[in-house]
Amino acid sequence: MRSGVDGAGMPGRRPDGRARSTRRPLGRLRGWGGVAAMAVACGLTASLTLLPLAHGGRGDSGPPEVTGPGVGTGVHVKADSCENPEASLRPSGADGPSIDAIKARGKLVVGVDQNSFRWGYRNPDKRVIEGFDIDLAKAIAKDILGSEEHIIFRAIPTNQRIAALESGKVDLVVRTMTINCKRIQQVAFSTAYFQAGQQVLAPKGPGITGYDSSLNGKRVCTAEGSTAYEALEKNPFGAVFQDEHDGTKDDKDLLTVPNQLDCLARLQLGEVDAVVTDNALAAGQAAQDPAVELKGEPFTTEYYGVAAKLGNDDLVRRVNQILVQYRQGAWTKAYDKWLKADLPGISGPPAPKYK
Amino acid sequence: MTYPPNAPASAQGTAPARAGTGVPAQPSVAPAAAPPAAAPPAGPGTWAEVRERLRRAATTEPGRLQILGAVLALLVVAFGTVTAFEVADRASSADDVVSRSQPLSSDAAAIYRSLADADTAAASAFLAGAQEPPDVQKRYADDIATASRLLVKAAAGTEGSAESSREIATLNEQLPRYTGLIERARAANRQGLPLGGAYLRYANGTMTTELLPAAERLYEAETARLSQDDQDARDWPFLSLALGILVLAVLVWAQRRTYARTNRVFNQGLVAATAASVVVLLWLLAAHGVARAGLNEAREHGQDSLRVLTTARISSLKARANENLTLVARGAVLTDDGKNDKYETDYASSMNALVDALAQASELADDDAGRDPLAAAAERTAQWQERHKDARAKDDAGDFEGARLRVVGPKDTTGQSFDQVDAALKRALDHEQSEFTRAAEGGRGALTALPLGAAALGVLGAVGAVLGINRRLSEYR
Repeated sequence: MRSGVDGAGMPGRRPDGRARSTRRPLGRLRGWGGVAAMAVACGLTASLTLLPLAHGGRGDSGPPEVTGPGVGTGVHVKADSCENPEASLRPSGADGPSIDAIKARGKLVVGVDQNSFRWGYRNPDKRVIEGFDIDLAKAIAKDILGSEEHIIFRAIPTNQRIAALESGKVDLVVRTMTINCKRIQQVAFSTAYFQAGQQVLAPKGPGITGYDSSLNGKRVCTAEGSTAYEALEKNPFGAVFQDEHDGTKDDKDLLTVPNQLDCLARLQLGEVDAVVTDNALAAGQAAQDPAVELKGEPFTTEYYGVAAKLGNDDLVRRVNQILVQYRQGAWTKAYDKWLKADLPGISGPPAPKYK
Repeated sequence: MTYPPNAPASAQGTAPARAGTGVPAQPSVAPAAAPPAAAPPAGPGTWAEVRERLRRAATTEPGRLQILGAVLALLVVAFGTVTAFEVADRASSADDVVSRSQPLSSDAAAIYRSLADADTAAASAFLAGAQEPPDVQKRYADDIATASRLLVKAAAGTEGSAESSREIATLNEQLPRYTGLIERARAANRQGLPLGGAYLRYANGTMTTELLPAAERLYEAETARLSQDDQDARDWPFLSLALGILVLAVLVWAQRRTYARTNRVFNQGLVAATAASVVVLLWLLAAHGVARAGLNEAREHGQDSLRVLTTARISSLKARANENLTLVARGAVLTDDGKNDKYETDYASSMNALVDALAQASELADDDAGRDPLAAAAERTAQWQERHKDARAKDDAGDFEGARLRVVGPKDTTGQSFDQVDAALKRALDHEQSEFTRAAEGGRGALTALPLGAAALGVLGAVGAVLGINRRLSEYR
């Protein structure tokens, strides 16, 4: 996964969750090669396709083709290989060993992003990290330790998020991290605090209207190995989105780029006509360029959660408890401050789901 | 024994001549047949006459002496002329080495270095924040100006070399594109937008995948041309040497012949011709030997060191640019296998290349003036690696600001170590450059007077030979 930020690299989830899961390992193979990857892919494919059958899942009816924007069904996408990945532990304010450790230390250590505008970004003037994720992290610190000052931000790259939790380098990761079936095996997620989805970003004005036939013949930019790329592979609507030497060292990084933000640079230079990425990150791009906007509706659904080390149940329950409060007003305040201008039309946080 | 062959010749030679002149006198002969009979013999007739005269001359001693004199004079003049030409050719190649190819090669290296340095400066300035430090800005601007200026110079100097022209065209196309991306990166960075980082990375990508490889190929092409000129200058002048030996052999034979017939040991003219030829031959051997030695020294102690040092300098610049970009990208770009940070990985490989090149340069350095800056560079490189490790540890621990200050801060930074490495490498390069120029100029100097001297001595020798023969000839009159 080479994308800098989570959403760009995460498997999106669609109504046909099962088909998605089987495609994923195959998609990842691109450019990796290697027998090990193949073996993992086969194992994953087998387990993921067979699991729903064992559970008598609803996917049996066969994978329907992409049915266009399917946001409305997002809430019902539970027939995944792991059933309800965003269902978390019941909220509780009780202390436990991991909260005791944080209190003994007097500081909450949170792994964050410093590259995602409006989410977690190091403001070069103030030299501080700020954004929607950061506000949530501060709220958690305030609740546990009494002050939002008692927090240490550790900027961690995308590929280090799970390792940082497992090694205890950070207590929590609040970093546009998508909840999915593979990850719930590795880390414990809170309830979802944001619902995102893949969406098209293009210059303002008529022309491109969304993820539809208006993309025909257009040059579309995506991050290498991202959900957006896989979606275009499946249904490109006639868009041009692949580089000649993708996945090799001769890759010129024109249409597929290392990081989703690179797409905005190419859009401004006129080298591409549109960008497909996670709408949360697309909002960060739109915030940097008043001449572009999000088009149409998100065509996938994914949820962001706060991640903790697997087994730190007291901390997860505490975060869920805090989220219950946070959803009451602070969430909307943060949304208005960081996201509303570029990602309008969201009425509130996703409803929590519990096991 | 001479008459029988002559008889048919004279019959052939005179009969048509008579036929030609005697046409009116012999009307009985068919007029139609006469002109074709007269016309063709005209050419062969004169040639035959010359041969006839030579044959006749060869039968008498004065005639033979005349022929010998002419042959000797011709041979000595030919020896002088061929030597003059061959040496002039070597001298012009040696001159090309000193005054054209080497400067072009070092200009190409300077283009390469300026581009890499511009990229490094751009990343440093970016990392410093919205307010770019003026000295770093100036460094970037100077680098771009130097590269542009040298590109124009290189285009004028490459004289239709297809490969060099192609690389220069690529560089001329991509350089404005690169500077455009840098300006966009600056504008976005000034507004505090992360988009600036994306532009900077795009610019760096253009630099590392388009510009620097083209500059490297240009450097290789110019250096190959330098090697070619160097080789041309060092080629032994075999034709001159062979002619010289032939001339001496013929002169010795002629003198032996004179001695055998007259019992006189010395014929002054022939002795003078021999002396002149020996001088030219020895001069040729000595001058060429010295020139070769000079050029060898220039190549072994200058050019090879220059090449390795250029590699070292470029590697240090690439390592520095990647070190900066690691902090600019902040983990946003990973290697193709997704396991490591791309820029940190690139830094490590450039750093290894630097360490290797420094070790190689130390082996090539042949005096203290060459070794000292290399020792300093190696020491500062070790310090740089130490500080870099510390910066990485800080960054990995989440202390971005601490890491940034270790890299572009006010003191004890990797940037200072890098500057010291660069300065030491520049000293080493300057030293090797002067070594090269000194040795190559010495080589070129050895050949300077030889072409003129060979021509003059050739004429002198020819005059001697003719005079010497004439002296013998006069005894028959």
